[in-house]
Amino acid sequence: MAGAAGVLHGAADHAARFESKAATREPALVKWTILALSLSFFAVFLLLPLVAVFVEALRKGWETYIAALVEPDAVAAIKLTVTAALISVPLNLVFGVAAAWAITKFEFRGKHLLLTFIDLPFSVSPVVAGLIYVLVFGAQGWFGPWLSDHDVKIIFAVPGIVLATVFVTFPFVARELIPLMEAQGREEEEAAVVLGARGWQILWYVTLPNVKWGLLYGVILCNARAMGEFGAVSVVSGHIRGLTNTMPLHVEILYNEYQFAAAFAVASVLALLALVTLVIKVWVEHKAGAAGAEA
Amino acid sequence: MASSGNRVLPGFGLSLGYTLVYLSLIVLIPLAAVFLKASSLGVAQFWDVVTSPSVVASYKLSFGASLLAAAINSVFGLMLAWALVRYSFPGKRLVDALVDLPFALPTAVAGIALTALYAPNGWVGQYLEPLGIKVAFTPLGVLVALIFIGLPFVVRTVQPILEDLDTEFEEAAVSLGADRWQAFRHVVFPTLMPALMTGFAMAFARAVGEYGSVIFIAGNIPMVSEITPLMIITKLEQYDYAGATAIAVVMLVFSFALLLLINGLQTWTAKRTGRAR
Repeated sequence: MAGAAGVLHGAADHAARFESKAATREPALVKWTILALSLSFFAVFLLLPLVAVFVEALRKGWETYIAALVEPDAVAAIKLTVTAALISVPLNLVFGVAAAWAITKFEFRGKHLLLTFIDLPFSVSPVVAGLIYVLVFGAQGWFGPWLSDHDVKIIFAVPGIVLATVFVTFPFVARELIPLMEAQGREEEEAAVVLGARGWQILWYVTLPNVKWGLLYGVILCNARAMGEFGAVSVVSGHIRGLTNTMPLHVEILYNEYQFAAAFAVASVLALLALVTLVIKVWVEHKAGAAGAEA
Repeated sequence: MASSGNRVLPGFGLSLGYTLVYLSLIVLIPLAAVFLKASSLGVAQFWDVVTSPSVVASYKLSFGASLLAAAINSVFGLMLAWALVRYSFPGKRLVDALVDLPFALPTAVAGIALTALYAPNGWVGQYLEPLGIKVAFTPLGVLVALIFIGLPFVVRTVQPILEDLDTEFEEAAVSLGADRWQAFRHVVFPTLMPALMTGFAMAFARAVGEYGSVIFIAGNIPMVSEITPLMIITKLEQYDYAGATAIAVVMLVFSFALLLLINGLQTWTAKRTGRAR
């Protein structure tokens, strides 16, 4: 629900439309008060923390910064984070396309309930998301005894981290695609059927090209959350250095050991990832806006 | 509701089947585990856990700070959305893009950054300390973190409604003799109201479950600045799985209720503004 609420709104500046008319224009004093209050709030609560990450990261110079990133535990954390994202994002991508196809191309009973269920992981606390897998796969969980008999480790191991990541990023792609495909309607796909296209051909050549920008945005948002997840992963990880520490968990350990410069150095890589995500978002909106203007 | 006979497009069984299996395996069955585990606790034992003094103190902090943060975000989020839609100012596109930062920035990163800012010797904290205001390691710090993560929910639900709002309504109000404030109060605001409430509820729901950005700045002082998700972690670290599960059930029931409320609010927004959900 977070991303779906209105991410693909136009980027063009329409403010002139309001400011040119007396009926939709506020007195200058009101305008400047609103601007001053809202932008100060923005600066203090959003901009300042972002700036702080980079300044703190470089406080002890580039040498310390680089050293914090190439240290073996940091490298292991980066590798694990990338691995978890590489598994969970494609899984949720396939799910998102399947769910959007079923929900937008057909009518069936219980569709509303299904939509609510897809949203569930957004409203579950990350800590609870981790806990549910501990209850299923942990030593005292449903499959715990069976798993330990067969020497399979899920909790406090990589599979648990992947599962928790899949859970917290579950709705992202579906939630971006469903409103888009709903708006596209079914005519183009139905025309393709009449022209003799098969199911997979319709999906590949008709549906996906129509929603590619929304799909891309869903994927990058999913990826950002997958790489940055903390609470859920923290519960299932066991915090074994070099083995089950993801980048956010590595940041926590360094921070708790008062290695602030190193903690912020690793954090700055994650912050850069967030900034790249936002840049792609703006670019995707621009592309989607251009495509919308052509249509 | 169409019958299965007139489906033109292929793939209904496969796509819906896959969706249901995947949903059940990843979300529904593991969530059911929480309720099953909790039901193995007796009613009295369950009640003891979820009403123990430290847990009740954590509810007060989590729910209180989350409500306050959502309220503050509603006020400033509405102003920010208004500024982004109605005014031109330098750097506007940058501000617009960065509003989504809390969605994209890992919570642990936000947590340590906010702590660095508001710690007694931090960038902001050193100026607040002489005034007697302590932010980091107090409930006020929890509030600051929850404001950070909740802001985009309000801005991003209100902004598209504000963009779609036709100027004709305000012009009509003015031609009927309304001043600018009356036009806002009686024409614009009622249209924005459902979206604003949706944004409030989303920010609140997210804040109650939030963990990563809060635990660094909260200081986690027992009975003072421990949030409810932390109580679950604490129980887990003591291998008290039943206790952790009981608190999780309370949080889940609350989340489900809020989710239903948000769905209802979104339907209301759609009706009020004619927008598709």
